[in-house]
Amino acid sequence: MKTETKSRIVVFFLSLLVWILITMVFSIPSLIAGVIMALITAIFAGEMLIITERKFHLKRVWYTIEYLVKFIWELFKANFNVAYIVIHPLLPIKPGIVKVKTKLKRDSALTMLANSITLTPGTLTVDIDVDNQILYVHWIDVKFTDIEQTTEFIGGRFEKLLEEIFE
Amino acid sequence: MPDLAINQIIGYVIICIGVIFDLFGVLGLVRLPDVYNRLQAATKSVTFGSAGILFGVFVYSGFTSMGFKAILCAIFILLTSPVSAHAIAKAAHSAGIKLTDKTVIDLYQEDKELQK
Amino acid sequence: MRVFRWFIGLIIIAAFLVINFVVFTNIPFNYKLINVLLFCSLFILIRVVKGPSVADRIVAIDILGILIIGICAILAIALDRSYFIDIGIAWGLQSFIGALALAKFLEGRSLDA
Repeated sequence: MKTETKSRIVVFFLSLLVWILITMVFSIPSLIAGVIMALITAIFAGEMLIITERKFHLKRVWYTIEYLVKFIWELFKANFNVAYIVIHPLLPIKPGIVKVKTKLKRDSALTMLANSITLTPGTLTVDIDVDNQILYVHWIDVKFTDIEQTTEFIGGRFEKLLEEIFE
Repeated sequence: MPDLAINQIIGYVIICIGVIFDLFGVLGLVRLPDVYNRLQAATKSVTFGSAGILFGVFVYSGFTSMGFKAILCAIFILLTSPVSAHAIAKAAHSAGIKLTDKTVIDLYQEDKELQK
Repeated sequence: MRVFRWFIGLIIIAAFLVINFVVFTNIPFNYKLINVLLFCSLFILIRVVKGPSVADRIVAIDILGILIIGICAILAIALDRSYFIDIGIAWGLQSFIGALALAKFLEGRSLDA
């Protein structure tokens, strides 16, 4: 089976599931309307979800769960950090823009890495240089400026898990 | 206060935590010195706060259509708000808006000047 | 000077919280939470009016969009109507597209490229 067809089928069943969950009406006309809507979605935007040829693997599900748990924990830490900085009367900040090197190549993996960096303590992705694989990161409390150390401190938290999930 | 079920009490607690973090994020938007710092504080805290409120609505109303809509909306916020944050940050940097005086280092500007 | 201003802000916020939660007792709790969020949007409007550059105003408007989703969610459980969350989803989508368009405009590119 081609990848595109597989992606369309997955999108069809996902959108049908979302329709059933957000309407919660189990009657025949509602289900028919849902099937029509899911078909339209699958025809027009179906080929964008799955673009890799890799087989489904149980290990990737486990890595996804581990990534989500780690992400929510970092989100909590980030918010307490922001609350501490905002409440402090003297504003203890030391901002700067540093470089982070990454090993990821796919667009989806780079997007998820940038989003994770933005929602973790004290960092915000400003730009991505795709050719040299460098992320420019605004850091609210600069501890070191060397590229090796920043790569390990900022990117190392998520990079291995994202490499397992997306690459 | 009327009688509440246990899941409704937990939902209200989560909603209150979300409202408190919204307040912190907005305070950061007012107090911090330049665009990038404001963007950091506001994006993190307000996204977490609003997603917390929506998750509290899910816990409050259980597995109904309102709860699933709230979960969908929370996932949507968590995916899109960082994207708009770094679109704005990149645009502000290329429009030449200065960083604050306390800034230690700006490697992005140096690389831009090297490429010219 | 900075500590003095911090102290004034603390007094204003504490006064608001006391008036909202302690003084008025006949308002339902949901509406008190909505009042806190409306107070937050007052701070955002201060940043919109005062902001020294265009980017500050764009940031403030983007944050206001995310805050209103929270208000819609609390209204949904206050009035027990689930369509308020639909309004929230649509508002979030429009706010996201608006922020991207404003960022592109700020960068100096045309909107269709």
